Amino acid sequence: MNPEKVVFGFFIVLALTLNFGFFVGEIENPDHHHVYELFAVIVVNLIATVLKFGDRSQMGALLLATSLVAILQLIAAAVVWTFAVHVADIGLTPVVMASIVSLSGGAMLANVISVILLIIETVMLRR
Amino acid sequence: MENIIFLILRRMRQPLLTLLAVYAVAVLGLTLIPGRDADGGTWHMSIFHAFYFVSYMATTIGFGEIPYAFTDAQRLWVALSLYAAVVAWIYAFGTILALVQDKTFQEAIAENRFARRIRSMREPFHLVCGYGETGSTLVQTLTRRGQHAVVIDINEARTSIIQLQDLREFVPALHGDAAITRHLQEAGLQHPSCVGVVALTDDNLVNLKIAITSKLLNPKVKVICRADSHDVEANMASFGTDHIVDPFDTFAAHLAVAFQAPCLYLLQRWLTGREGSALCEPVYPPRDKHWIVCGYGRFGKAICARLKGEGIEVVVVEAHPESTGQPPQGLVVGRGTEADTLLEARIEEAAGLVAGTDDDANNLSIVMTARELNNGLFVVVRQNQHDNRDIIAAVDADMVMHPSAIIADKIRVLLATPMLYEFMSLALYEDEDWACELASRVSALVREEVPQVREWALDDDCAGALCEYLEQGGQFLLSDLLRNPWKRERPLKAIVLLVRRRNDRLLLPEPGLPLKSGDCLLICGNQTAFTRMQWSVSHRHTLDYIKTGEDRPQGWLWKKLTQQ
Repeated sequence: MNPEKVVFGFFIVLALTLNFGFFVGEIENPDHHHVYELFAVIVVNLIATVLKFGDRSQMGALLLATSLVAILQLIAAAVVWTFAVHVADIGLTPVVMASIVSLSGGAMLANVISVILLIIETVMLRR
Repeated sequence: MENIIFLILRRMRQPLLTLLAVYAVAVLGLTLIPGRDADGGTWHMSIFHAFYFVSYMATTIGFGEIPYAFTDAQRLWVALSLYAAVVAWIYAFGTILALVQDKTFQEAIAENRFARRIRSMREPFHLVCGYGETGSTLVQTLTRRGQHAVVIDINEARTSIIQLQDLREFVPALHGDAAITRHLQEAGLQHPSCVGVVALTDDNLVNLKIAITSKLLNPKVKVICRADSHDVEANMASFGTDHIVDPFDTFAAHLAVAFQAPCLYLLQRWLTGREGSALCEPVYPPRDKHWIVCGYGRFGKAICARLKGEGIEVVVVEAHPESTGQPPQGLVVGRGTEADTLLEARIEEAAGLVAGTDDDANNLSIVMTARELNNGLFVVVRQNQHDNRDIIAAVDADMVMHPSAIIADKIRVLLATPMLYEFMSLALYEDEDWACELASRVSALVREEVPQVREWALDDDCAGALCEYLEQGGQFLLSDLLRNPWKRERPLKAIVLLVRRRNDRLLLPEPGLPLKSGDCLLICGNQTAFTRMQWSVSHRHTLDYIKTGEDRPQGWLWKKLTQQ
């Protein structure tokens, strides 16, 4: 067992599970989507991205690409949240909440691909 | 480029993770710790505010406590995370700086830059492997002629010295092992503009590896190799290395020419001499009495074989005959630096002396001792180190054998004027009078410096007007070429040594030879003559003047006027 692989797999799966946790619930209801959950998703996704740095294989490149997509979507969601609450002062209206959650939904799709790739790699390794 | 990015990413993984963790914990803590707002009510910092605060706190810019003054609990947390963040940043910066100073990283960048430069080369270039004495002499002469070169050397000090040398062309240099195929490829072995590979490292096996790699990866490239042993020479020749240069055999062959035809030897030295060097005097090696050869290494053996070929008795002086091998006859054991060994070799009656050990100090000592015993000796001295040039010149030997210079001269001629080699091999079949007459003609062309030699193809690029004139049915003789285009009665100071016409070789062609387009000429002369000849063949008006002696009007108006 390679401890590096454990940490790697842990963060990639955690990124997906947290993302899912944030995503479930009524799409425009702010009570179903907590801000700390989004914070955790972003942090874990960033860690997962950094962990994927410097792998020269084709699989590594694809994994990094999916992570970058997820990060992009999540940061967009965070910016929308911040803008609505602190800058525009309109609060978490159903429109704002729906766009935040759908952005995180896109990130979740990228995280799903990431996990699938991880599983494929593990299966191909056959050890 | 990819290499460098991956190297940075891989090295930065750990510091970035640390930074991420510190930021995340600091932000989280700030949002969780309750604060007090202006009215004294409980207030929780939002993630956005916490991130903003941590961003400037971590870099210790510090804008103050916003939006409300902090409680003591918050301050305690900020103090802790401040130190953690600063340490994390120092760690990240330290890693980046260490990476920039890292040897592997710098080499990756240098190699990258070198490869990009080679890819952008558009003019033909020679790949020179090994930048020792020979390599640097060769590169200097190549660049002086406006030819391009790329250098690989395993020693970093040698490749970095290129930037300090005042070379006329830019010479990209790679610090690397030329025996590694990847380095040769990076240096442009498979580049379409690569015309020649010159292997000059001091390791025979590396030269062999370079030759075989070049022949396999780019069969049309010309490969010239230095080789110091006959085994390696045979090996190189077996797969079609174009030229193999053995300095010892080359010098021994020169010595044989000097014995048989002193004028031809003189001619050879003048024509192959480096541009700007002084005209040398003829040498007449004596053959009436025996010769003494000190040192029976590769050089001594080559010399002995040639001397025996001339029917001259040889006495060998060698300190370690058990390691060099026994000469077939006449051996005196000793270094030759002492009078008694030389006396034993009958120095008083000897005609010539070859000081051919691999130590310059010993060679000089041999010459000095021998001269005291017999002043009329013909002295051949071997120079091993380039730096000893001045002291070797001071003993005023009749012939000096400097391996690096011999290789550099030979390769320079092979790369710049290969027809000169054809000329020399054809000249060997001529008699001594022919060579003496030519030598006196050549000496009339120049004053103190050796003549310049050019190879010149009469094609559309170099002789456009002449080709057009010949196509129109005109006849242009060799003597016309040698007329001065400023005043046609005066001949130019140049001699056409060889004309190559398809498979024919015309040695010292007659002045009445009609030139044809596509001819290749080997001409020796001075710079002025070359410039003027260029005028005659590339400028129609000048060509007409040379043929007719009239300065015909060129413009439309003048033509009209003269017709009337």
